[in-house]
Amino acid sequence: MAQVAHASDRRRLFALLSPAYLWLTLAVFLPLSAMLFFSVLSDMPGADGGWGLTLGNYAAFLENPTYSTLLWKSLKLGATVTFFCVIIGYPCALVLAKSIRGRSREALFLLVILPFWSNSLVRIFSWAIVLRGNGVLERALNWVLPFDIRLNLMFTTEAVTIGLVHSYLPYVILTSYLALQAIDDDILDAARSMGASKLTILRRLLLPLSLPGLLAGAVLVFVPVVGSFMEPRILGGRMGTYYGTVIEDQFVAVYNWPLGAALSFILLAVVLVILGAASPALRKART
Amino acid sequence: MKTRTSLIALTAVALASAAHADEIRVLNWQGYGTDLDWSLEAFEEATGHTVVHEYFNSEQEMLTKMRTNPGAYDVVLINAAYTTQAYDEGLLAPIDTSAIDNYAGVPANFAEDPALMHEGKVYGVPWTWGLTAIAINSNSFDEAPTSIQVLWDPAYKGRVSIRDDAEEAVHLGALATGQDINNIEDLDAVEAKLAELMPQLRTFWSSENDWNQFMAAGELDVASYWSGSAARSAGMGLPVDFVVPEEGAIAWLDGLSIPETSEHKEAAAQFIDWMIDPEFYVQWDEEGAPASANAEAAAALPDDAFNKRVLGDPDVAALARFRAPMDDETRETYLALWQSLKAAQ
Repeated sequence: MAQVAHASDRRRLFALLSPAYLWLTLAVFLPLSAMLFFSVLSDMPGADGGWGLTLGNYAAFLENPTYSTLLWKSLKLGATVTFFCVIIGYPCALVLAKSIRGRSREALFLLVILPFWSNSLVRIFSWAIVLRGNGVLERALNWVLPFDIRLNLMFTTEAVTIGLVHSYLPYVILTSYLALQAIDDDILDAARSMGASKLTILRRLLLPLSLPGLLAGAVLVFVPVVGSFMEPRILGGRMGTYYGTVIEDQFVAVYNWPLGAALSFILLAVVLVILGAASPALRKART
Repeated sequence: MKTRTSLIALTAVALASAAHADEIRVLNWQGYGTDLDWSLEAFEEATGHTVVHEYFNSEQEMLTKMRTNPGAYDVVLINAAYTTQAYDEGLLAPIDTSAIDNYAGVPANFAEDPALMHEGKVYGVPWTWGLTAIAINSNSFDEAPTSIQVLWDPAYKGRVSIRDDAEEAVHLGALATGQDINNIEDLDAVEAKLAELMPQLRTFWSSENDWNQFMAAGELDVASYWSGSAARSAGMGLPVDFVVPEEGAIAWLDGLSIPETSEHKEAAAQFIDWMIDPEFYVQWDEEGAPASANAEAAAALPDDAFNKRVLGDPDVAALARFRAPMDDETRETYLALWQSLKAAQ
């Protein structure tokens, strides 16, 4: 830190950092504060009777149990999706990082990233084609299996979970992979030479050392899933009403931006509180 | 050929009034009749006026746009249930109907609608109307149902859909519980009825395209639907029949209005005249139009046209329950009811 005190260094630091901070101010801070301003308006500007400042939109969250029910439902969805992403993604990253070498690793890695390059809406609609009644999945199963099978997966909570897990899985795989790859193979060899079983190596070495990456991936999945609205709407049918869809309704259908903005900030606050509560674990993982 | 003669007539009118070419700004839903290319080209040829569009996605947005952009619009499409509110806020200018030749064809029950006429002056020209009722997959029914209770029939559990819209859901519940949609006395009964409907539903639909996809994929047997859309879906070859239940159907009336702040009121009236012209309507109906509020336009349709065959039937017209204006408080009550029903799933 002492070097930073030098005037020339500080100037250079300032010059290098200012584009990033300028961009952050423009792209994050300004829209966010505009939304914060909207959230305390009593009415849309221009409405009859004028508008004033109020906390009524935040009070609406407390007065109407619907919103807290939906927020709880969305948090549960976030937890479920994160759980499955970790369960599926971590072993996948482990195999990629430690068991496979050379060309095939690149090929497999490409397969993991490939879905990322397609539009998320396209991905969700493809799932709709696969999951719907008499869709690709049911036909394939009926073709293979001797008995008739009706999955009825479309328009259920399971369909939403499947779509979201598929959309967000690459985050967990990528972050875990990077953390796992940084672990020196010599450590693992040393453990093995001391007679550690595979399970012990995983539990005592790999998992603790790659935990920061895994947790970062989990956070990257959890936060957007709690606010998701497009996937539940398309795949969830009548089960697809979540906190995110209600916020979307306020902006698109009901045209009540102030309430929509207030609900968004409550979501932001709740997510921050959860991350704050989890931060001791996160910090511990980093050291 | 008919179009040609009317064009010449209109051109003559335009030249006689020595009108200079204006740019008319229209505020409407996207793809809803006013923005058909062939029609706008013909209109420009006839009158010299060019037409520019701006779109809205909800009635609230339309009202807000009119309030915040004075002078920006010359013709606005307003659902009659909202015209009174716009009039009360002083957003609308009275329309000189003597400048609109085709206005004579609009029957009195539409023209003198209390939502469109205030203190003897016209604030909205009735343009189109339609019904929200139910449509069935004709392959799944031997005989078309006659009652709205078919949505609650356990035989079609998981094969039913309604639109994800609070007002429409509450109105359907009101019809099913035998209540007046504009004066619901027992809202608890409506809520209970809708709560029974939820497990019946496969999904909600939100757009015509949605609806067609669900029907084409065989996900649905019966669903709420709009009359004009049902005609279009059937025209696309889907096995769809529109049913007007004996309990009644929700009817809406769309009018064209001129904002108080419009700077091209004369040209705007000419455009409205063009929009309710029978010849324009017959051509529009071939592409799938809602029912015209101009009786002469409706009569000009071929006899097999859906809008003449079904909506022209006096028995059907008697079942139409037109939506009355709704205050914000009621709207919010309905929205809260609908959201809590959806959240409970």
